[in-house]
Amino acid sequence: MDSIVNKFKRSTSTWGDHNMLVNFDVTKEFSLPSFDIPPCHNPIEFLKHNTDEKSNAECRIKFKHGTTTLAFKFQGGIIVSVDSRATAGSVIVTQNIRKIIEINPYLLGTMAGGAADCTFWERELGRRCRLYELRNKERISVSAASKLLGNIVYSFKGMGLSMGTMVVGWDKTGPNIYYVDADGTRLKGDLFSVGSGSPFAYGVLDSAYDFDMSAHDAAELGRRAVYHAAHRDAASGGNIHVYHVKQSGWENLGFRDFDDLHWEYQDQPKPSIIGDVQPMMLNIQD
Amino acid sequence: MNPVALYNHDAPISAAQQHQFDPYEMNGGSSLVIKGADYCLIASDTRQSDGYKINSRYVPKAFKLTETAVLATSGFSADGLALFKKLSQNLEWYKHAHDKVMSTPAIAQMLSNTLYYKRFFPYYTFCLLGGIDEQGRGVSYSYDPLGSYGAEPYKSVGHKNQQGVQRTDMSLDTAISIAKDAFTSASERDI
Repeated sequence: MDSIVNKFKRSTSTWGDHNMLVNFDVTKEFSLPSFDIPPCHNPIEFLKHNTDEKSNAECRIKFKHGTTTLAFKFQGGIIVSVDSRATAGSVIVTQNIRKIIEINPYLLGTMAGGAADCTFWERELGRRCRLYELRNKERISVSAASKLLGNIVYSFKGMGLSMGTMVVGWDKTGPNIYYVDADGTRLKGDLFSVGSGSPFAYGVLDSAYDFDMSAHDAAELGRRAVYHAAHRDAASGGNIHVYHVKQSGWENLGFRDFDDLHWEYQDQPKPSIIGDVQPMMLNIQD
Repeated sequence: MNPVALYNHDAPISAAQQHQFDPYEMNGGSSLVIKGADYCLIASDTRQSDGYKINSRYVPKAFKLTETAVLATSGFSADGLALFKKLSQNLEWYKHAHDKVMSTPAIAQMLSNTLYYKRFFPYYTFCLLGGIDEQGRGVSYSYDPLGSYGAEPYKSVGHKNQQGVQRTDMSLDTAISIAKDAFTSASERDI
């Protein structure tokens, strides 16, 4: 009789916590979701044939692509600025997609490449960061968070994932920006721009960037860099979103319509980029 | 005579054969969704075609998921139906596990995940999800085949032109008549 009573005793509260720890399955917590694979000889070739515009222009499933995103450090933290246009093939699917993904109150991820790949995996990253926090009683570093994402996409290398993302946030070491892409590249840096409009954004950013500028000027630079990229790059446009990452977490500075900005900038004097440059001393040997 | 003997395995293959796994078909069709303050309008045609062939004139591609959520699909009809069945099953499990019906914004996220779980063998469907949220407001979402989604005040998939549309708040009656006009004009030109 006692043995039966004890058997039931075990499952009451004192043992409950212990059982929860025993039942906690690390492999399950960190396992990747399972994906359906097409039942054919070469699933990767199948996927390429049907979804990759580069290897098959007439592929059936065209998914959302094309972007300008940027992030840079300055004295007041980090500015993140992105456009909001999504294209599939040559069609503009939507003019208001959100390309800054709020992973948690102090971590942001940006979206370039496949929209679904970025949103799904950065959501999964958010889940893992929360688990880290609960287990370790402290926030995850930007470095570790970006490595989680990098390791996930690396495990799918060669299977056609498409993403170029920046993991941005503030941790013990201060503001941090990590670039992570679907090839498995992971880079730490002070200034990045990703997407089809990035060359134009870099041009503006590099010419006017100054670490000591004010938060207001930095936000305006980020906005202007994406504006110029959206002006020259057909796959960028819509609205321009700006976020400011501070020690207390990120702050959404709102968004501006690209067309409204275009007419606004028309009426403003052009920023002086070459005005102060002294003529170069040329030593011409004859 | 043994039929196997008909085949001469030693004979050289006369021509190269191409093997292609092509499980998709484009069944066309149009769906639209219009969101209002306290309503959401979802409309679809019921023609199922394959190129110039019409398979049927009554195959619905809008499906009721809950009392407050409707899924409208476009693309490959069979994938749309399979997706609807999968969602219905998950909704049923959710109902038994939590003793409540899943909210429409939660269904929106579940649909995104369901599409993404077939990232390497995608559903060839372009989905719209419309309904009412827990506060009684109209909500509508549109999806790409891999599960990227966003809230849209109005959206159509299929063959309707949306260029230069102006946003105005309108009554349910106005929305219904606009939706009917849209389908009338689409069916006049779209094969």
